[in-house]
Amino acid sequence: MIYVVIAFLWVSICLYVITGGADFGAGIIELFSKKTYREKTKKIISKSIAPIWEANHMWLIIAVVILFVGFPTIYTTVSTYLHIPVVLMLIGIIARGTAFTFRNYDAVDDSWQKIYTQIFYYSSLLTPFFLGIIAAATISGSIDTEAKDFLGLYIFSWLNPFGICVGFFTVSLCAYLASLFSLHEARFSDALPIMVKKARETAIYVVATGILVFLSAQYSDIPLLKWIFSKALGIVVITLATISLLFTNEAIKKKQFLLVRAFGGFQIIMILVAATYQHNPNIILFANGTHLSLFDESAAPKTIAALGWALVLGSIFILPFLFYLLISFGDQSRKSKANRKPIERS
Amino acid sequence: MDDFLAARSQMAVSLGFHIIFSCVGMVMPFLMAFSHYKYLRTKDEVYKGLTKAWSKGVAILFATGAVSGTMLSFELGLLWPRFMEHAGPIFGMPFSLEGTAFFIEAIAIGFFLYGWEKFNKWFHWFCGVVVGVSGLASGILVVAANAWMNSPAGFDYVNGKYLNIDPIKAMFNDAWFPQAFHMTVAAFAATGFAVAGIHALMVLKKRNVSFHTKAFRISAGFAVIGALLAPISGDIAAKSVAKRQPVKLAAMEAHFETEKGASFVIGGIPDEKNEQIKYAIKVPKLLSFLAWGDFDAEVKGLKDFPKDHWPPVAVVHYAFQIMIFFGSVMMIIGLIYLIANFWKREWLDKSWYLKTFVAAIPFGYIALEAGWTVTEVGRQPWIIYGIMKTIDAVTPMPGIQYSFYFFTLVFISLSLIIIFLLLRQIKMVPKLYDPTDPNYNPKNKTL
Repeated sequence: MIYVVIAFLWVSICLYVITGGADFGAGIIELFSKKTYREKTKKIISKSIAPIWEANHMWLIIAVVILFVGFPTIYTTVSTYLHIPVVLMLIGIIARGTAFTFRNYDAVDDSWQKIYTQIFYYSSLLTPFFLGIIAAATISGSIDTEAKDFLGLYIFSWLNPFGICVGFFTVSLCAYLASLFSLHEARFSDALPIMVKKARETAIYVVATGILVFLSAQYSDIPLLKWIFSKALGIVVITLATISLLFTNEAIKKKQFLLVRAFGGFQIIMILVAATYQHNPNIILFANGTHLSLFDESAAPKTIAALGWALVLGSIFILPFLFYLLISFGDQSRKSKANRKPIERS
Repeated sequence: MDDFLAARSQMAVSLGFHIIFSCVGMVMPFLMAFSHYKYLRTKDEVYKGLTKAWSKGVAILFATGAVSGTMLSFELGLLWPRFMEHAGPIFGMPFSLEGTAFFIEAIAIGFFLYGWEKFNKWFHWFCGVVVGVSGLASGILVVAANAWMNSPAGFDYVNGKYLNIDPIKAMFNDAWFPQAFHMTVAAFAATGFAVAGIHALMVLKKRNVSFHTKAFRISAGFAVIGALLAPISGDIAAKSVAKRQPVKLAAMEAHFETEKGASFVIGGIPDEKNEQIKYAIKVPKLLSFLAWGDFDAEVKGLKDFPKDHWPPVAVVHYAFQIMIFFGSVMMIIGLIYLIANFWKREWLDKSWYLKTFVAAIPFGYIALEAGWTVTEVGRQPWIIYGIMKTIDAVTPMPGIQYSFYFFTLVFISLSLIIIFLLLRQIKMVPKLYDPTDPNYNPKNKTL
């Protein structure tokens, strides 16, 4: 059962990074869009994420619940030593979630929209940045439980060049995903060339910040290169990710946008595999060389069994609905093109 | 402000707001589905408009409840890591089930909001009902976790170790049913009264009278069911507290001396130092009856417990008095409602009748917050009753007061924005939701 639970943890993190990440990316892209295209980008993006956004963020809750029920020490370690970035990330999540809802459901369309929109933009940037920092802190050995002062315990546990680079990398990744995902929505729109250009630009950012991550790891003596390339699987996933980058480009040229989405998701999964496989099952590496392993820190067997069953039964219950939701609304643009005029914001 | 106090305050503020958001989110879908049902049966377009108007309220509150809930799932660890480390695996079962319920709710909301004219109308209606049922289920499950803190079960506590963990037993702890039942009933009363009062106000102002009258009738009905059931569920809860947490009951009633045939104390000023209560009205033998169903039963007083196991008596006592007061007022309004509907129909159009409901807008929420204060402050100094003290659970990280100030600010501004948004929804009723209004002209008919 422990494997089932770990699998769920991993899958929900993956899905959060993909769906939630695309969601954040949407805000990031809008933020960096030229003013003239903003309205258009906003429409496309709001159309593609509005019906499912609430579901996207559920994955984070699932992952957190799995952590505190199944692996309480890991949860409390993160929430104690990474208190500050977690709070900052939470602020992003709150501000973003509410601003997005208000933007969509406010009855009156007036200058308040601008405020919601500003909040939406900056929180879209903030959240994945700190998500990246937290992820980096867990594996870079920067958490020092033996530090004597506040700075050492609660600040330098996450504030370091590697963390910041991973933060930027995560942000670019989100923007990249969002631009890939929204191509499908934009395929009948005259904004398509802009979106394609965006996808190319963000891909460059991903590669550039990715290189930064490796450089900063080298600088901070984190054996990232060794982790990833010392085992066959690491080399395989990185190669696959790179190859699929080329395929993505081809698919964009051929306007196979659903395929583009699939490739985008695949690349993220490959990156996550590369980032987690090497030290699996150790999920937190401390400064003093010790670590917390998913197996050693798991809760009592009865708890894990109950948790596993709850997750399995829950997904049997949820997945058909979720799937139906996605197919009901995923293809709105074509239907609305064919049957009626495009949906306006209410 | 020391860190422990700051952590407790932050938790109190977060929960205090989350409770309101989630109660509205739990009950509004039922109002919405009821109005939708009326529409499908009567084909009256006003009901359709009302359903849509309420569905926007549901969407706004659901989103806010979701983010404040996400925040809480982190805050538990951010503020109380020592507690979560041990409690997580024991009381986590309802949380993992709640994940499912919540997920279903989110999906059903997507279907409902964006599904007008898209699906079979009864399937669409059913989605609305699912939103309500799964929301309610989430609430009930979360209360199971809180009940566990009051009535720990499903493990053996041996020499500071938590052994033989059984999460299922922990979930079905003794406090779950009484707490969840009382909570659900209270949520209906509180939200029902708040919504009914707002629509009553609009009727009094003569705005879209037919629309708001329909809305008022539906929401007042739900409110009254809640208000009339609350004393019953409250009685069950009180009897359960008497059995499980006698010291909490004693604090609720500022009952210092153990006695047989204990009297029920109304009001008064508890004096913890001299262990007595001043200026209170005492109803002889009633406390014994309410707690044990027997006028001569013995009720333990605070003096029977070591002083360091007492909760803050005054806070718990005042909160309990406030809850009882507003609960009783709502029950009386409920009775007036029944009389008006079954015997004195002429009352229904009287302005005092509507004004009563307008005055009652905040009553349910005041009672609800007071009730939670009784439960939570009454559990102190324990975080797991009788097992772990709250002060031993707090995070080692210093500077929590800044986080407290910040979160308070976030919650206050969030609430202000919600109020602002809901007011705007109400303002837009003529244009967006009431088809009989001459200004009716919604931009987007599909939403």
